Amino acid sequence: MYIRSKGNISPQKTFGNVPFLDEVVVHEGNRLSCLTPDYKDIIDPKLIRRMSRVIKMGVASAMACLQDAGVTNPDAIITGTAYGCLDDTGVFLSKMVERGEELLTPTSFIQSTHNTIGAQVALLLHCNNYNNTFVSGGSSFECSLLDAQMLLQEGEAKNVLVGGIDEITDISHSILGRFGLYKQGPVSNIDLYDTHSKGTIAGEGSAFFLLTAEASGNDVAKLDAVNTFYKPATFAEVENQVESFLRAQGLSMYDISLVIAGHNGDAQNDAVYHYLEGSLFNYCNVIRYKHLCGEYPTSSAFALWYAAQIVKTSIIPGGAPITPIKKILVYNHYQNTFHSLMLLSAC
Amino acid sequence: MSKTVFVAGVGVISGIGSNTAECLNALENSRAGIDKIKYLQTIHQDTFPVAEVKLSNDELAQLSGFGPGISRTAMLSLIAAREAKNDAGIENFGSLRTGFISANTVGGMDKTEEFFVQFMANPAKGKLRNVVNHECGKVTQLVADELGIKNYVSTISTACSSSANAIMYGARLIKNNILDVVIAGGTDALTRFTLNGFNTLMILDNQYCQPFDANRRGLNLGEGAGYITLVSERIAATLPKQLYCMLSGYCNANDAYHQTASSPDGTGSFMAMEGALKMAGLKPQDIGYINLHGTGTQNNDNSEGTAIKRLFNPHFPKMSSTKSFTGHTLGASAGIEAVFSALSAQQGFIYPNLRFETQIAEHPFAPETSFTQQADLNHVLSNSFGFGGNCSSLIFSKLQA
Repeated sequence: MYIRSKGNISPQKTFGNVPFLDEVVVHEGNRLSCLTPDYKDIIDPKLIRRMSRVIKMGVASAMACLQDAGVTNPDAIITGTAYGCLDDTGVFLSKMVERGEELLTPTSFIQSTHNTIGAQVALLLHCNNYNNTFVSGGSSFECSLLDAQMLLQEGEAKNVLVGGIDEITDISHSILGRFGLYKQGPVSNIDLYDTHSKGTIAGEGSAFFLLTAEASGNDVAKLDAVNTFYKPATFAEVENQVESFLRAQGLSMYDISLVIAGHNGDAQNDAVYHYLEGSLFNYCNVIRYKHLCGEYPTSSAFALWYAAQIVKTSIIPGGAPITPIKKILVYNHYQNTFHSLMLLSAC
Repeated sequence: MSKTVFVAGVGVISGIGSNTAECLNALENSRAGIDKIKYLQTIHQDTFPVAEVKLSNDELAQLSGFGPGISRTAMLSLIAAREAKNDAGIENFGSLRTGFISANTVGGMDKTEEFFVQFMANPAKGKLRNVVNHECGKVTQLVADELGIKNYVSTISTACSSSANAIMYGARLIKNNILDVVIAGGTDALTRFTLNGFNTLMILDNQYCQPFDANRRGLNLGEGAGYITLVSERIAATLPKQLYCMLSGYCNANDAYHQTASSPDGTGSFMAMEGALKMAGLKPQDIGYINLHGTGTQNNDNSEGTAIKRLFNPHFPKMSSTKSFTGHTLGASAGIEAVFSALSAQQGFIYPNLRFETQIAEHPFAPETSFTQQADLNHVLSNSFGFGGNCSSLIFSKLQA
C-alpha cells in the first residue's frame, strides 16, 4: 500500500508546511506535550469549543492529511488509541466521585468513548463508510494498519484514513509516573539516551495517513508490510521475528538502508534494541525517534511519519546523509508486550 | 485462503445465565435477567433496574480462575471465551495460528473507580493494582494469556457495536490467511461510570425496558460477555463435532449524523444491513429472523425500525430484541447476540421480545412475543449500532445438510 499523505501533530514542529525537523524542539522534564496549531484554520470554531484537546489534535491531523491528498470522503476511517479520550474520562470520573453520582452532565461522558475521534471525523465529512477503532495498547496503531491493508486487499476500499492518537493528561501522567515509567530529576528529551537511568519520558501525538492500494505517482512512500508479535520470550525470538518478517518480503537485512528503532532511554526497555544492534542490525545504520515524541503506546504512528519523511527526502535530521535510502525498517516495542515491525520503500 | 468462515464454538455469560445452556434455557422460558441492582455499589440502586450477572466478584473469581482483585470485565470475558474455546473442541489448538479479538468499552473501569476515590483525596494514594488494568486492551491481554493465545491479540472499541466489529475483524483475519482460528466477541462489566453516563443522557428506563414498543421509555443496562470461535474451511473440515453455522455476511457503516443519536431515517443501520446482505449474496426476503439492536430508547428503535421498513418492506422477517432479557450490555452486546444468533441459525430458534404490548404506529411490523422453533429458518441478521454512528450487521447462515 502507498502513503498518499500525512498529518502529524506532535511535540515537534511536524504540522503543516514546515521544514523537516530542521531543529529539535527541546522539552525539559519528563513530559513532552504536543505543539498545537491554530485549530480555527482547520476546524469550524463552533465545533472546537466542545472538543477536548485530544479530539482537536486527532480531528485536525486527520483533516490536514485528507486535505493534502485532496480526498473528502475516504473509503474507511480507522483509528488506533490505547487510552482513548483520557481527559474526558478523567473529568467525568472525577465529577462522579466528587459529587457522589449526582448533578452530572453528559458532555464529557459522550466524548470519553474511545471511538470519538473516528466518529467526529466521519461526522465532519458526512462519511458513511467503514469506521473502526482499535484500543489494543501498544499495537493499536498497527492493528489499524493491518485493518487498512486487508480492506485494500479485499477491494473493499481504494483509500483508507488511518491514525494513531494518544494524549497525556495531568491525571494519567501522575498515575503512570507512580508506576515508575518516567525518569526522575532534571531530564531533557535531547539527552534521553545518555542518562542510562530507569524510566523514559512521556509523550503524546496524533499522526494520520491516507493509504491507497494504487500508486498515484506522487506518494510519500510505499508501506510494504506491517506486523506485530506478542510477548516474545527471548531476544532470539525477536531476532527470528525480524528475520522472518523480512524473508516474507523476499528480503534480508542487507536490503535495508536504515533501521528506525524505539529506544526510550530506559535501560531495561532498551536492552533488546542493544542486542539487535550487536547482532542482526550490526551492519545497518540505526537511528532513534523517541527523543522527538516521547514514549506512548501509539508512538509507532510518529515513527511511520518519520520513516516516510526520511525515505521521501533522503534527509536524516541531525544525521549524516545516507544515499540512496531505499528501504527503512521500523522496529518498536511497547513495554515488551506488543512488538511491531513496519517496512517502507521509496516510491 | 478461506472463502467461508464457520462458527465452531460459542460461549456466553449474561444476566440470564453463566453459560450457553443456562442462557438458552432462560430464553426458552421467557425468564428475563433484569432486576434491582444487587452487586454494583451505587446511589441509583433503587432507581434503575439492570441485568447484572448474578455472581459476586468473589464468585466470578472462583468461576474464572483469576486471582482476586481482577476487573469484573476480564473475569466475565474469560468465562465466556473459555467456553467458546472448549466448545469448539479443537484438539491441536496450540499448533494453529490463533487469535483473540475482544471488544469492550469500559476496560478495568470498575477497579479504576475504586482507585479514584482515594486518588482524588491524595494523588499519592490509591492502590496501583486497581489501575494497572484500566486500559481496554489490558483486559483482552489478561484473557488471551489465560487462553494461551499468542499469535494475534487485539481489542476493538466502537461503543455498542464493538463486538460486531471484533467478529468481522476476526473473520477477515481468517479470510486473509493470517489466522486459522479466532475467538471473537466482547465483554463489559456494569460500572458506575457507564450507569451514570447513560443516566446523564436520560435514556435509562426506571422500569423494565420495552424494546420496539410504542410506549417504550428507554434502556436497561446489562453486563456480560459473548464469544464465538471462528474457523477457516481447512480447520472446519478436521473438526469431529458439528459446526453451528457460517458467518456469511457482515458490514460496517457509519451513520455520520450525531455523536450519540441515530439519524431519523436510519442511514447507518440501513447501509450496514444492506451491505451484509450483499456480501452474503442474499435478498431481504431470505432473512428469517432479525436479532434487533433494539435498545428500547425512542431514538434507536425509531431509527432501526425505519431502516428495516426501507429495506424489508413488504417481506418482514420475524424479529426480536434479546436485550429485553439481557439488558444492553454495550461492548458485549454483539458478542452475546452473536451466540444467540448462531444458535438460531443452527436450530431455528426465534426468541421472544419480552414485555411487548403496543406496536409502533409507524412500523408495519411487530416483534415476536414467544419462543418458537422454525424448521425453515436459514439466515439470521444481527444488528448492533452505537455512539459515534458506528453501525454493524452480521449474518449467520444455516449449514446445508
